[in-house]
Amino acid sequence: MSARGRIWKFGDDVNTDLIIPGKYLDSYDPAHLAAHAMEGANKEFASGVKKGDIIVAGANFGCGSSREQAVTALKHAGVSAVVAKSFARIFYRNAINLGLPVVTSSDAVNSLRDGEVAILDITSSSLTAEDGRGTITLDPIPQHVKKILDSGGLVPYIKAKLRNE
Amino acid sequence: MAGKTIAEKVLGRASGDSEARAGAVVEASPDLVMSHENTFLVNKAFTELGLKRPWDPDKIVIVLDHRTPANTAQTASVHAKIRKLVHEYGIKRFYDSGEGICHQILVEGRLARPGQLLLGTDSHTTTAGAVGAFGTGIGATEMAGVWAIGGLWLKVPETIRIILSGHFSKGVCAKDASLSLVRQLGPSGADCKCVEFSGSLFQDVPMAGRMVLCNMAMEMGAKAAIVSPDVVTSEWFRGLALAPRDFVTSDVDAVFEATQVFDVSRLPPMVSGPHRVEAARSVEEVEGIAVDQAFIGTCTNGRLEDLIAAAKILKGRKVSAGCRLIVAPASRNVLRDAIDNGAAQILISAGGTILPPGCGPCLGSHEGVLGDGEVCISSSNRNFRGRMGSDQAEIYLASPATVAASAVSGKITDPRRYLE
Repeated sequence: MSARGRIWKFGDDVNTDLIIPGKYLDSYDPAHLAAHAMEGANKEFASGVKKGDIIVAGANFGCGSSREQAVTALKHAGVSAVVAKSFARIFYRNAINLGLPVVTSSDAVNSLRDGEVAILDITSSSLTAEDGRGTITLDPIPQHVKKILDSGGLVPYIKAKLRNE
Repeated sequence: MAGKTIAEKVLGRASGDSEARAGAVVEASPDLVMSHENTFLVNKAFTELGLKRPWDPDKIVIVLDHRTPANTAQTASVHAKIRKLVHEYGIKRFYDSGEGICHQILVEGRLARPGQLLLGTDSHTTTAGAVGAFGTGIGATEMAGVWAIGGLWLKVPETIRIILSGHFSKGVCAKDASLSLVRQLGPSGADCKCVEFSGSLFQDVPMAGRMVLCNMAMEMGAKAAIVSPDVVTSEWFRGLALAPRDFVTSDVDAVFEATQVFDVSRLPPMVSGPHRVEAARSVEEVEGIAVDQAFIGTCTNGRLEDLIAAAKILKGRKVSAGCRLIVAPASRNVLRDAIDNGAAQILISAGGTILPPGCGPCLGSHEGVLGDGEVCISSSNRNFRGRMGSDQAEIYLASPATVAASAVSGKITDPRRYLE
């Protein structure tokens, strides 16, 4: 799996209230959620983000609530992956379960520039700035997590599992 | 071979792999699962799987608490859909709008038990650790998977042991200890770990305070937080037949990732904020900041003990003219008991507004939300920007006593000023 897109950089401890505040959760419509994605952290994000774009963040991305609408909002907005120093536990699981690649890397947030275009290759665990400044090696995705991600999320993964039983 | 922690024992039993140790990934079957309004999303994913009925409706608890009573026609339709599926699937443990907050209902109703693996579609499911359960939060789609196959993968966590000793001084309580711990460990200080609480302090900490500590451990990223079961736990379950294995404690030679010891004796009332829970400091350092709203409620501090602590300060006093006091009891039982013992009367006479039991203002869903530039002091667990309404508002976290004292003066105030 690979993606090409603009890098949107964020700092440490981006919480789920910044990704999608509770006041918008009356509706479960993914388009409505995407229209407010990252509103608390960067008001330009929802209107500027394009399909394929990559979020690169610091430590503890997605801390806070279990609301998986945080993942839905990012995914529907077009985000192809989130690369962070570390993820909060529930956000990480939600992303895998909804088929949004989440990859850890201690270097990415320091090495890449906000707004530059990069190419992410999940298979080879690499993130390369398109201007050729070099390639960052990302931490490999654990095997048990990769199986779910490769299926496209938990629903297709379990569907296949049930079919094979 | 070394002994085991509570987390290793619970996940070992729930996965049928008694050798499972910290770091192992197991397939675990929960004893109980809980969801709230997001049952709507759980069922949406469950329906996509083409299944007709969850694996075990008797292990499912559903509580409507986040937007109760319904705040919009859209929410009302979601509630109606949930009532319908509860009926279709034969789910008996259903708590409709007005019964209270899911975590409160699980503990208050003796549904959460020691040694259980309990999963909830709410991050603060760690609260159930107050009774010795391993409670952890998951998302709605993950819960749909559990409804389908009765299990999920979980990594057996390392355990951070927190030993609390000493005695709380006047005007200081479990919330102050929690805010202090989050400051010291940081917002990811316990990420993916189990926090195990023990120590001599717990002789003085009833279930309400234990729930606060386990609830707030989530703000350090904890996967679960458990108070090692003791005589208070036994007393809580007195009269219920519990098997010996249910009172799970860590072995004396268990391996902990870290052990931290805190003496609370000199701990002052704490206030945290705005915007970051770990931005906690002594109340003295923030005294005098004007507040527009004081809020007592939530799964952290909306219990009877909290309403009584606030009533002690508000008795014979009035909420400042420039401030609103909003109180949301954590459950119908809490509200009823607060009426019975007179605490509710005191809160209302002082000028407080009592909301229906539920989550309401805490997540900015409805009732008591904040406008641009407003400041709120709250007994809740999160002060993230935009959480209670406007992203131009500021939220400070504190104990119910500190919130009540601040309501009286209209500015952040040390509760000890109002305590004899």
